[in-house]
Amino acid sequence: MTTPIIQVNALSKHYQVPIRAEGLKAAARSLFQRSYKTVKAVDEISFEIAPGEVVGFLGPNGAGKTTTLKMLSGLLHPSAGSGRVLGFEPARRAPDFLSQITLVMGNRAQLSWDLPALDSFNLQRAIYGIPRAEFERTRDEFIELLELKELVNKPLRNLSLGERMKMEIAGALLHRPKVLFLDEPTIGLDVTMQRRLRSFVAEYNQRYGATVLLTSHYMADVEALCKRVIVIHNGKLLFDGGLTELVERFSAFKTIRVTLAGSADLSQYGEVLEQDGAHISLRVPKASTPQVTGRILSEQQVDDLTVEDPPIDDIIEKVFSQQSAQGDKG
Amino acid sequence: MRHLLDFYLTLMKMAVLENFQYRVQNYLYMIGMIAEPVIYLVVWSSVAVGQGGAVDGYTPGTLAAYYIVWTLVRNMNIVFTPYGWEARIQQGQLSGQLLRPIHPLHGDVAFFAGWKVVVIILWLPLAAALTLIFKPTLNPSLLQIVVFFVAIWGAYLIRTMMFSALGMISFWTTRVSAIFQLVFAVELVLSGRLVPMPLMPLWVQNLANYFPFQWTFYFPINALVGTLTPAELLGGLGMQLFWIVLGLLLARFVWNMGIRRFSAVGN
Repeated sequence: MTTPIIQVNALSKHYQVPIRAEGLKAAARSLFQRSYKTVKAVDEISFEIAPGEVVGFLGPNGAGKTTTLKMLSGLLHPSAGSGRVLGFEPARRAPDFLSQITLVMGNRAQLSWDLPALDSFNLQRAIYGIPRAEFERTRDEFIELLELKELVNKPLRNLSLGERMKMEIAGALLHRPKVLFLDEPTIGLDVTMQRRLRSFVAEYNQRYGATVLLTSHYMADVEALCKRVIVIHNGKLLFDGGLTELVERFSAFKTIRVTLAGSADLSQYGEVLEQDGAHISLRVPKASTPQVTGRILSEQQVDDLTVEDPPIDDIIEKVFSQQSAQGDKG
Repeated sequence: MRHLLDFYLTLMKMAVLENFQYRVQNYLYMIGMIAEPVIYLVVWSSVAVGQGGAVDGYTPGTLAAYYIVWTLVRNMNIVFTPYGWEARIQQGQLSGQLLRPIHPLHGDVAFFAGWKVVVIILWLPLAAALTLIFKPTLNPSLLQIVVFFVAIWGAYLIRTMMFSALGMISFWTTRVSAIFQLVFAVELVLSGRLVPMPLMPLWVQNLANYFPFQWTFYFPINALVGTLTPAELLGGLGMQLFWIVLGLLLARFVWNMGIRRFSAVGN
């Protein structure tokens, strides 16, 4: 087992949020006596990531994903616990540490709005002290991989959102960081652009053996890039393991798609999700899937039959709603 | 060190490129700024004429020189404002700068220094026009010219350090504008921006000795326009250095205390 490149141990971030009831009286009272509520944005999460791994970091809005990424990239001081990245304590923000990581946020722009990206790229070179030859090689490689040739000479403000995002990613990786924190890198982009960025991240990971921790609301990103996922909800770690395990663990059902020779009512076998003539989709408890499949095959005139896991989006949604329900009870 | 120098030169070049794109806006801003010294000049020239040709040694000619040089010094005094720090801290843009292996203050110093290059170039024709209109009395020695060019950058650095430290108060409180306004008001009186320091009451002049402000405004102008001895000129640069170092230490101290409180909100 190689030494982990990211080690997170009972990492927590708590905020003190002032609370005040509405009205004049409450406002007057708060002048003298302020009451606070502690919000646990991240609550004792622990995990390790090995060099070269690409891990999906999932959770609904407000789960604590971004806060965790900010702590691991040194922007926030943890309230308790520790995180180590590349052997550094991120919050100290040692230049050697910062030179080896990057944090890309889909909703934040780093490059100059008024100048062509080439100028901003050159500034990145100066910021990170990248040797000129190496810089030019990496830059040209990225320009080719992301198809930026026609765009790098135009002021950034003249580019589309997707084109700008490609520039941002290229700019953020010019110093060839070993650890990438990507926070919703494909947010707001069309499907083609999402795919392009995804394949770029995959290519970068393979070429340079970089470690990637990625949050996304698009499950396609996660399915394409990550073998492993970490799921958090309300600041707590819910699941850490393979994407297939997640499906195994949280999906209690499978979908059986049947094409019949004729038409028939299959509701006796399970819940009919969809019926379009002879094409029928059934939802069946996972445990009884083999049995039900056998019965359908022997009792019906079947042209075609497939057994599938439900879409990953549905599973994730179910994980969160289960947790919320449990949380409400507790 | 070479890395840092390369960073400064690259960012300064970018600032020059960006600000030349906004040259018309920059120019209109500079022209708008001229109203203030012209008013001071007209008022004090009338006072000088009324008092028989000079007020405390300042003739209309030397006053004209004072306020024309003022226009350049005023522009050199423009730095990343405390309001900028307030926005950067409260809206979270600081995050992006924190991710870089170079302190944000270096970025500010370099960017605004690049902007100054544009400002000085744009200022030259403006100064020529003002000279034609107000006929200043100005006969500096070579040493005065050299000291002046060092002193305007000294002024720039003092003000950068002081106002960065001031702006970083935003790490603790969200209501900083009132504090900034107070400091700006004190600065106006104690810097020589309103009138040359010798025209101020003695107690104001004494008070000014305890603040950095006159070294950002009165000293650079006086270095070129006044009659300082070589020892006074070099001593003045020494005082500037003292305030730069003190400002830097103060900014560092406030930064180290405040950054732990930064909550990287927004982005």
